[in-house]
Amino acid sequence: MTMFLHSRTLIPGMVLTVLFAGAALISLVWVPYDTTVLDIANKIKSPSWAHPFGTDQFGRDILSMIMVGARTSIAVALVAVGIGMVAGVPLGLAAAARRGGMLDEFIMRMNDLVFAFPSLLIAVMITAVFGASALNAIIAIGIFNIPVFARLTRGAALSLWSREYIMAARVAGKGAARISLEHILPNVANLLIVQGTIQFSLGILAEAGLSYVGLGAQPPVASWGRMLADSQTMISFAPHLALFPGLAILLTVLGLNLLGDGLRDILDPKLRRART
Amino acid sequence: MSLLSIENLSLSIHGTPVLKDVSMALEPGRVLGVIGESGSGKSMTAFSVLQLLPNGTACSGRVSLLGRDILTLSEVELCGLRGRDVGMVFQEPMTALNPLKTIGAQVAETILIHEKVSRADAMLRAAEALEKAELPQDRFPLSRYPHELSGGQRQRVVIAMAIALQPRLLIADEPTTALDVTTQAQILKLLKRLVIEDGIGLMLISHDLAVVADLADDLVIMRQGEVVEAGRSDDLFRNMQHPYSRALLEASGHVPDRHSRAQETPLLQVKNVVRDYVSHAHGLWGKVTHHRAVNNVSLEIRRGESLGLVGESGCGKSTLTRAILGLEEVQGGEILFDGLPVFTHHRANKAVRRRMQVVFQDPYGSFNPRWKVGRLITEPFHLLDTPPRGEERNRAIADALESVGLKAEDQHKYIHEFSGGQRQRIAVARALIIKPDLIILDEAVSALDVSVRAQVLDLLADLSDRFGLTYLFISHDLGVVRSITERVLVMKAGEIVEEGATATVFDAPQHPYTKKLVAAAPALPADVAVA
Repeated sequence: MTMFLHSRTLIPGMVLTVLFAGAALISLVWVPYDTTVLDIANKIKSPSWAHPFGTDQFGRDILSMIMVGARTSIAVALVAVGIGMVAGVPLGLAAAARRGGMLDEFIMRMNDLVFAFPSLLIAVMITAVFGASALNAIIAIGIFNIPVFARLTRGAALSLWSREYIMAARVAGKGAARISLEHILPNVANLLIVQGTIQFSLGILAEAGLSYVGLGAQPPVASWGRMLADSQTMISFAPHLALFPGLAILLTVLGLNLLGDGLRDILDPKLRRART
Repeated sequence: MSLLSIENLSLSIHGTPVLKDVSMALEPGRVLGVIGESGSGKSMTAFSVLQLLPNGTACSGRVSLLGRDILTLSEVELCGLRGRDVGMVFQEPMTALNPLKTIGAQVAETILIHEKVSRADAMLRAAEALEKAELPQDRFPLSRYPHELSGGQRQRVVIAMAIALQPRLLIADEPTTALDVTTQAQILKLLKRLVIEDGIGLMLISHDLAVVADLADDLVIMRQGEVVEAGRSDDLFRNMQHPYSRALLEASGHVPDRHSRAQETPLLQVKNVVRDYVSHAHGLWGKVTHHRAVNNVSLEIRRGESLGLVGESGCGKSTLTRAILGLEEVQGGEILFDGLPVFTHHRANKAVRRRMQVVFQDPYGSFNPRWKVGRLITEPFHLLDTPPRGEERNRAIADALESVGLKAEDQHKYIHEFSGGQRQRIAVARALIIKPDLIILDEAVSALDVSVRAQVLDLLADLSDRFGLTYLFISHDLGVVRSITERVLVMKAGEIVEEGATATVFDAPQHPYTKKLVAAAPALPADVAVA
């Protein structure tokens, strides 16, 4: 437990992350009000005891919307990071194992290609072709996570390949694939976890951005980005409509970034030594 | 008045005592050798002179430099002292220089910090300092970058930085440990010249008695934060009193007791091997360059023999090792192990590979930090068709660990729980576990303290007697090679230049390069009586 104290950002990061993950989980079984039922009589109410965060232009409870929206955001970002890791890490390991070869060159140039495209443009193209939905948002965000993880894995793996214990494994007759799995992957896992949390927060931002322009999850599924977009015309007389989803995005992203920094502090032995 | 005097210096870091009652003194124009193994506090003593100490350090005693008590000075006053009155040379020339700045700018920086001179004047004086460190301006202009220089040349730049302001005291902390023997000899000569010509006082810190023996006027031997013995070096070498100093002296010239049982049959034959590296200068489509790392090398190791391979960094010995181990294919010639080719149809021959193992230099980098010892040392079992399981595997682990002097229970520990010497024993256990015929020792004892090195050499000698092992001993350290091998090969620029019985080659070298190597190797005074 003492290692948690080595980082000042870990605890606040964890608290915020658990708060929003918890809200998303609870929304699976219970929300204060059903977000698919309209209650026009109670539209645009300021925060009160009955509706702590107020209601929107259709009379839906904003707290409930935020809880369901957390579910959407987390699901989209989680799957997108998953796509990035599942595809990117093996590519990075393979590139490092064939460092300097044709495969390495090919993988890295393909990475450059993906990096060179503006991500929003690709997302717009995908949704234009396949239609706007949460699934297409996931695919669009996921594709851009692949090169991030591929590069990170390759860079870290390259320095490991020159270690003597890798040489010892080669002397023991192990092939590149086996060495990558047994020796390289466990030793880059720390980095991947840290980068994973940071990509996760970027995924939440990207999902909110896509929903804001109407390319993410479609009604009636609640989404923070679209809540912001809907509140735009009413912001002068009902600022709470924009305030709460905005705060939710801000705090989740902040929490995940703090968590990522904190994890890096405790997982990276170099930083750990520098602090003591 | 002495230049530097340390009296009863005690030092603790976060309450852990590091130095206890350390005293030593240095006069101008003399060399003080401070000797000790890792953890002896020799570097801490040097850092305390400059007060470059980690946070949480408490000092007591007296450190006086040019009559000023260092321990009472403020940080600002200390900054004025560092670099001006005291210069420092570190061990690792590769990391002591900023790769983004020219060597001229780095030397001039020291001058600009301490004196109000124009940039042009500082550059002029930097050129003088570099000349003095034997980097002539016509070949090494100020505009060179560190990466354009070799390790020895970089160390000269570091020395030029240290002497740019003509300090009275120069502290050199293991200045030659990272360098080749011939380069080491040149750097030591340069330091000696600076002491004589400029009357600088030199504090030379080393783990190697032989390096210091030649140079030092006075010696201080340290162990676990205490001075165990001190005196004039010629007296001290002839008449050592303290058991630890004697043990250290014995260890540095240690010859393990080994019975040669070399047979006539060759175990490994390397015939006319050529290894080329092809690289692309600028990416895959750039200009293709060839580099011949191993050029037409032939050698033979007889069964039961211990063969030495000596050469400086970049001579191709590691490349040759990788080729022998079947990790890289050669472009010409062939390698036969017990009559069988190491490579058949571009694939390493498994039947051959399981009979060879290797021990590497770095006791810290040779093990996956996330594995336990049991898993680490059984990795070579991968070479077997039916690796032992269950009870049989446990017995193999216990046998291997016990034969290198560790306990069977150690298999459940992680590698970071062991010291450098213990790790090197574990590396030997990993090599032993599949009962190979040949073990390649690639600088296997170079990173160890002298006394630990002596123990590991004894262990290696003992194991070769017990298991009838054959060794290929690769090292740049002539002393170690001499103590454990029967025959030796000298390699230079990818070629074997001399070959013969170890004693003959070292006592009567024929090739000019071998002569240079032998002459450069630091040696203890001939009249030292080892008890």
